[in-house]
Amino acid sequence: MSRQSIVDHIPGLRRYARALTGDAWAADDLVQDTLERACSRWRLWLAGSDLRAWLFTLMHNLFISQLRVVQRHTAAGHAVDIDEVAHGLQAPAASPGLLLDLQRCLLRLPLEQRAVLLLVCVEEMSYAEVAQVTGVALGTVMSRLARARARMRELLDEPADASRAAPALRRLK
Amino acid sequence: MTTPQAPLPPDAAAQDARLDAALRALHREVLAEPLPPPLRLAAERLHALQQPVALGRQWLGRAAALLLAFGVGWLAHGQLGNFSTEALAGRTPEREFVRQAGFAYSVYQPEKRHPVEVLAAEQEHLVQWLSKRLGRPLKIPNLEAQGFALVGGRLLPGEAGARAQFMFQSAQGQRITLYLGALEPAVQATQFRFEPDAAVPSFYWVEQGFGYALSGPVERATLMALAHSVYAQISLP
Repeated sequence: MSRQSIVDHIPGLRRYARALTGDAWAADDLVQDTLERACSRWRLWLAGSDLRAWLFTLMHNLFISQLRVVQRHTAAGHAVDIDEVAHGLQAPAASPGLLLDLQRCLLRLPLEQRAVLLLVCVEEMSYAEVAQVTGVALGTVMSRLARARARMRELLDEPADASRAAPALRRLK
Repeated sequence: MTTPQAPLPPDAAAQDARLDAALRALHREVLAEPLPPPLRLAAERLHALQQPVALGRQWLGRAAALLLAFGVGWLAHGQLGNFSTEALAGRTPEREFVRQAGFAYSVYQPEKRHPVEVLAAEQEHLVQWLSKRLGRPLKIPNLEAQGFALVGGRLLPGEAGARAQFMFQSAQGQRITLYLGALEPAVQATQFRFEPDAAVPSFYWVEQGFGYALSGPVERATLMALAHSVYAQISLP
């Protein structure tokens, strides 16, 4: 493996992490954690196998386990409000409103649907690769993708004000 | 990309295509951003770990062990024994350590605004903080007699936990770093060694399970004198 190839994957990991978390700082922390974990587990990586898929798999598993910790806190009464998370993201200048909405809607998808949607549409992975990264069967990937698209259609159709008032966005604190 | 489910009404398909395009545009600017130094450093470390082809490394390790076993009798009394086994084994934990010191130097040395996390002005806090993170009381050597003033220090990730980097700078703006931390696997104390293959010239040594590397683009003799001064100051009881 060349040094270039590891560095080459980092921008993609950062973008995926940013869309997944909706927060620039949390995303880079996640990428950093992923690289640290890759360092401690590099012996488990099969030379010649797909490095990118391996890195995405590590990141996926890390994110899930970190989310469990957050959810445990949430259950104990500390909620994370989507509006609070979303303010940290940096939308490009082109059409900030639309992309902000898009990120907001993404964060309202269940995590497993969000991950599949991003891996297929943005990272352009095959269903088989996504199944490997997320650790589920191929059929599950396909049904999650379909549900994610359907949900995104609904969410994006809602007027912005309505989505703000929707029950899913109710302030939890 | 189409969904594998029942055919969608045409407007839904068009919506999906728009959604895909919008998703691809989301955060696209991240792809062009320069990598934050900590991420680049972690990638360098990962690369350094994966670099030696596993097979070659094992073979070299065995060859070195064999040579050591056969050669104990006639190589043990000379420096030669040390030298040839090390050359054959290639990567030892302490050489890996000094390589990482070199990477850390290359990443932070050019920094204009953030060369360190804690400035020398807060030296007391710096020492307390890094001592706590590295799990042993640290001392910062004073190299002002040699013309290098402390800039400050930072915490870095290492193989077996935290590592620290102290940066010093001369009046001409030349920078040297002292990189230290626990070695994994544990290594016996070593003599001073010069590492010619690191990203920058470095002297390194191991004492009580901790590795130390002094790195900087200065004359080998100057660097060695500095390393001796560091050693003398931080290993005093």
